[in-house]
Amino acid sequence: MPTFDLKHSPLRELNRTLYALRPDTNETHWTVTGPDGRHAIAAGLDAPISVEIEGNVGYYCAGMNKHASVLINGNAGVGVAENMMSGFVHVRGDASQAAGATAHGGMLVIDGNAGARCGISMKGVDILVKGSIGHMSAFMAQAGTLTVLGNAGEALGDSLYEARLYVRGSVKSLGSDCIEKEMRDEHREQLFAKLQAGGLAGEIDPSEFKRYGSARRLYHFNVDNAGAY
Amino acid sequence: MAENPKDPRGLPRTHPRFSATYTPDVMAEIRRAAATGIYDIRGAGAKRKLPHFDDLLFLGASISRYPLEGYRERCVTEVVLGGRFASKPITLKTPITIAGMSFGSLSANAKEALGRGATLAGTSTTTGDGGMTEEERGHSEKLVYQYLPSRYGMNPDDLRRADAIEIVIGQGAKPGGGGMLLGQKINARVADMRCLPPGIDQRSACRHPDWTGPDDLEIKIEELREITGGEKPIYVKVGASRPYYDTALAAKSGADVVVLDGMQGGTAATQDVFIEHVGIPILAAIRPAVQALQDLGLHRTVQLVVSGGIRSGADVAKALALGADAVAIGTGALIALGDNDPRWEAEYQALGTTAGAYDDWHEGNDPAGITTQRPDLADRLDPVLGGRRLANYLAVMTLEAQTIARACGKSHLHNLEPEDLVALTIEAAAMAGVPLAGTSWVPGKSGF
Repeated sequence: MPTFDLKHSPLRELNRTLYALRPDTNETHWTVTGPDGRHAIAAGLDAPISVEIEGNVGYYCAGMNKHASVLINGNAGVGVAENMMSGFVHVRGDASQAAGATAHGGMLVIDGNAGARCGISMKGVDILVKGSIGHMSAFMAQAGTLTVLGNAGEALGDSLYEARLYVRGSVKSLGSDCIEKEMRDEHREQLFAKLQAGGLAGEIDPSEFKRYGSARRLYHFNVDNAGAY
Repeated sequence: MAENPKDPRGLPRTHPRFSATYTPDVMAEIRRAAATGIYDIRGAGAKRKLPHFDDLLFLGASISRYPLEGYRERCVTEVVLGGRFASKPITLKTPITIAGMSFGSLSANAKEALGRGATLAGTSTTTGDGGMTEEERGHSEKLVYQYLPSRYGMNPDDLRRADAIEIVIGQGAKPGGGGMLLGQKINARVADMRCLPPGIDQRSACRHPDWTGPDDLEIKIEELREITGGEKPIYVKVGASRPYYDTALAAKSGADVVVLDGMQGGTAATQDVFIEHVGIPILAAIRPAVQALQDLGLHRTVQLVVSGGIRSGADVAKALALGADAVAIGTGALIALGDNDPRWEAEYQALGTTAGAYDDWHEGNDPAGITTQRPDLADRLDPVLGGRRLANYLAVMTLEAQTIARACGKSHLHNLEPEDLVALTIEAAAMAGVPLAGTSWVPGKSGF
């Protein structure tokens, strides 16, 4: 199991080493020590490897990830797993703003809380936050699911498209065009599957959640909706 | 001169007089607004008269300057973009690039034609909101990948197969504005690339989702460099509004290239009020941007690409003389492909407009098959022929710029300088920082 110490080697060398790995590599499990809040650690990975980071990371950790599994044993800065395409990113601590921003696929799990704009413009990713999320989360979220075991801040799901939001706790306020929707069996099944994928199978009751989605009133520009903008 | 109309007694009456404030155009817009209750949305850039390159003239060589022989002595046009930090900068044969225009706003054939034309001319073309298509990657030898606030179609694989990355902060037609691609143009392919349902109006965000301000931008640039191994030049594109500070901040954030787009630069769709009233003309923006780079000691190290109303080799030469390293064209390139061509006049009439004035690009009914996703219309544009026409246009502009540069005694287009220029109007003199023709007066600076 290779270990890479960022205290003694530059980030570019770590990322280059990981980029050079082929899909059939035997070096599938990497440990990174001494991250010290550096930015873009393990960003742009494109191989089915797992990378475990011991400590806190800065901006854009695991950004644009494909295939890889990245575990952060610490807190994550702005834009963790931004624009992820596939794979699995797990933050053991808290995450800052814009976690999972614009991510197209894969799964992002945050054990702690996430800051503002969690899942902003998400395009297909599944995000599971075990704590609470900040204001303007899922702003203009297009596709995927955002599941929150705690509470959501102000203006949840503002200008939402087709993403599905499941929140177990309270929602301070809903953004424009975001409404509470009925939880039907298909939604409970979907939620169960997402909880299971996040390692919470059977631990959490999907029926405790409320579902939020788009009222689709803003899908076509209409001057009568001007007050909503 | 027209005779006065007469009253019943045969005496002269007042001549009908239009207001200079409430012009027929203004009154027509008020009637339209009153009838519909919605602002006017259209494509293209500012249509109002603005101080522009037409207000500048070159001083050819004479006794004090020595010209170069046309058709004989070399005048180099090559430009290298991105050498500040990127390990693989881009070398272009001509300093005229193709600006970012999206697949979605343009047809796949149009994007392919732009790639073909740029490649024939030895220059670069640029993706747009909505991602990279196979057609344009396949037909563009040098392709700049736009990294936009919406991140529609944003894919790290495309980032890695691009030749440069352009972080778009704004564009000249609407600095501070996002975009709206109306549902008529969202066919299944466009919708799929953008991860949204077909047929709905798609809002393109006006702010990046995961960074705010110049300190964050620096970190974003660092991430993009990591992911692309430090190879690709990173451009930062801004709409011209505060060119001195925006250029300085982009350069300090680590950009290799700054792209500055004036208000004449086109858009696929936005509010007319935005296009005509927000931002500044490119003529007013170049000198402050160049000054910012000079103050940082980075002029020519960070390249400046300017756009917005570049139509001819004269415009290219003037932009370069003011200190730009290269220019980008969008509207001119579309016209070269056949946009607003009088051959489609009957169809323009049917759409309630006329060739040369058609700007409802957002509606997707372009008779020329360029700003549309309708297969029947898009098929009208032959991408091979379109590419050849664009290459011809680029060649003419390059030759024109060389002609002017030689007349000014320059062996490289980049040797053109503000001292080669004078202005025809006080406004242009002030904006371009060159003397009013026949005087030594640079308004606000010297000689008065």
